[in-house]
Amino acid sequence: MKLELGYIDIKGIRFDDYNAIEDGVLVVNPDELVKPVLEDELIKSAHFEIAAPGESVRITPVKDVIEPRVKVEGPGAIFPGMIAKVDTVGSGRTHVMRGMAVVTAGPIVGFQEGIIDMTGPGADYSPFSQLHNLVLVMEMQDNGATAHEYEKAARMAGLATAARVGELARELVPDEVEVFETPTIAQSYSDELKDLPRVAYVMMLQSQGLLHDTYCYGVDVKRTLTTMISATEVMDGAIVSGNCVSACDKNTTYHHLNNPVIQDLFKQHGKTLNYVGTIITNENVYLADKLRSSDWTAKLADFLSLDAAIVSQEGFGNPDTDLILNCKKLEAKGVKTVIITDEYAGQDGKSQSLADADVAADAVVTGGNANELILLPPMDRVIGCLDYVDKIAGGHDGSLRPDGSIEAELQVITGSTNEMGFNRLSAR
Amino acid sequence: MSKYKLVHYINQFYGGIGGEEKADIPAEKRAGAIGPGLALNQAFGDEAEIVSTIICGDSWFNENLEEAKKTVLEMVREDQPDVFIAGPAFNAGRYGVACGAISEAVKNELGIPVVTGMYIENPGADMYREKVYIIETKNSAADMRKAAPKMAKLALKLAKGEEIGASAEDNYLPNGIRKNFFEKKRGSERAVEMLLAKINGKAYTTEYPMPDFDRVDPQPAIKDLSKATVALVTSGGIVPKGNPDRIESSSATKFGEYDITGVEDLTAETYETAHGGYDPVYANQDADRVLPVDVMREFEREGIIGKLHNKFYTTTGNGTAVASAKKFAEEIARRLIADGVDAILLTST
Repeated sequence: MKLELGYIDIKGIRFDDYNAIEDGVLVVNPDELVKPVLEDELIKSAHFEIAAPGESVRITPVKDVIEPRVKVEGPGAIFPGMIAKVDTVGSGRTHVMRGMAVVTAGPIVGFQEGIIDMTGPGADYSPFSQLHNLVLVMEMQDNGATAHEYEKAARMAGLATAARVGELARELVPDEVEVFETPTIAQSYSDELKDLPRVAYVMMLQSQGLLHDTYCYGVDVKRTLTTMISATEVMDGAIVSGNCVSACDKNTTYHHLNNPVIQDLFKQHGKTLNYVGTIITNENVYLADKLRSSDWTAKLADFLSLDAAIVSQEGFGNPDTDLILNCKKLEAKGVKTVIITDEYAGQDGKSQSLADADVAADAVVTGGNANELILLPPMDRVIGCLDYVDKIAGGHDGSLRPDGSIEAELQVITGSTNEMGFNRLSAR
Repeated sequence: MSKYKLVHYINQFYGGIGGEEKADIPAEKRAGAIGPGLALNQAFGDEAEIVSTIICGDSWFNENLEEAKKTVLEMVREDQPDVFIAGPAFNAGRYGVACGAISEAVKNELGIPVVTGMYIENPGADMYREKVYIIETKNSAADMRKAAPKMAKLALKLAKGEEIGASAEDNYLPNGIRKNFFEKKRGSERAVEMLLAKINGKAYTTEYPMPDFDRVDPQPAIKDLSKATVALVTSGGIVPKGNPDRIESSSATKFGEYDITGVEDLTAETYETAHGGYDPVYANQDADRVLPVDVMREFEREGIIGKLHNKFYTTTGNGTAVASAKKFAEEIARRLIADGVDAILLTST
């Protein structure tokens, strides 16, 4: 599959009474953009706010971060099976609004997770502190729907809003164009590729239930078997996030659209390695599911005659088991494996970092210790609310101080210890 | 600006006294820098200098450990240095052990920051890496040119009271404390590079060496369950509604002990989960799904178990450090044993 990504650089966002992209600035009419969101009877209120890098702004609780994209050539549309028809995406041309994101926030359901600070020490840890963010703040009705239904309403509102914003980039001339092409099996044995080591990317997807789910072409990933996907489909929004709890190592939709392992494997493809495919596998809570899914990872590795693989994890604790199972079974098939994880070594850094371990996991990249404490100074403006800071994963009773500062673990910061290797943060 | 003062410890060989045949010379102190100290002084530039050098035979130190430590400590105390520096010992075993032992003593007994250096396979490395900063060197003195600036950099940071970075940043052997820092490249790029090295049989360093797991053998089976007192313990975060002790949703710092005398069934009105790591809807609807009080009461009535202990213990496993979990478990076990509990049903999520 061959996909061209055309990047439109966004250098700012402002509100007005029309919608456009003017000289790299996104202009939106917030009243118009919020209307379709409010059509959902589960959503009581919604409004937009803007947060720019360097501003004294704290966004919390963050649910998802989504990069606006639009398909301009080729079949399907962004977020297939979710808000677009289920047609296969990943070929043709897609425009990307680079440098910005739609962020969904507000007290929605369950534990209220995720902080993005636009300045100060917290801004060093979240990739989204460097983006121009259009924040959709929502509040849910209390009209008898289930928690899962409210979560879905918020998730869909974010995706639909990002797609609407993305439409504004349809007719623009990109600032930069990149081309990605994935090989078929036959092409992976072409003269240029056949002598290079055959490498796959194994992407583990969180699938543990409410606020811990991921969707692929609209399918709840916990109801899937391990399967394959073209890396270019991922760039067109085939995989979206439904999880944000312990926000530090959850893959937002933005992470999926900009998967760094996929990008970095493409950079080496045809030079030092042969990137033959992408395997997606879930992280369910039952042992039988873990065994079946990891068996299947190894089977697909076998089908592809892999020499090596990179495995990225999502989450921690329970999924450490899936990670180690995948690694062990790949190594047992002779597939040289590198895993990407993060650590929970305690606030003092002295504890064992993972809940599972095996000697086969001898090549590990870490996104850092999520338990390490950070002091986030007060910000002039809060988008969302601070009511939940003491309760979120990584917070504790007294995390929120009277002056608005927060002492908490890095765990509270959206994307801080990402396990796709999105960041430079690490630990030793 | 006055320079920071250092005292340097070296063995008889690097002190220019002699080889193995002189290894039994007792400690002696000389003014200024000698041998490897000259390279260190050069690395310090204008910021610090070695004011005295203690030369000690490796055999004498190791064979007269207590006396040797006392003698050397006194020599260090006289000069009141800002930092004490030992070696580097490279791959010399007894020298490495001496560097580790004297560094530990200076740090603990004189409260002076210390730096030493050695090769990772030096026996002193494993003995002292968690006690003192050991700069990693290669296995021979040919590495002195590279080791000196590393030792000097860390020594200066210690002298100035600056925060010490992660082991990979400040070049010391991992000391069991995980510390965050920013790499030059993002994780995915490091993963691709590590993979290429692994494929091509080249050297690479894992960023997290796998730990040795602490496996616990199960207790022998209970012979007669109908006489046993069974307690419920969970890491699934079940707490009385409202979470009275505010157990954290992740990275718990405490556990709760709650009385369930007369409680037949956990309901949505009375119990909930504090755990942030799983879908809480089903546990909040009926907390028996995680902490099966209802079924245990049935077993109690039917005589399958003797009785259900009147207290349960709970915490959240989510992101909780193993060291914390161990501490909770020791205290919970102590209380259960004191209460005469025979068995526990441990539920997780």
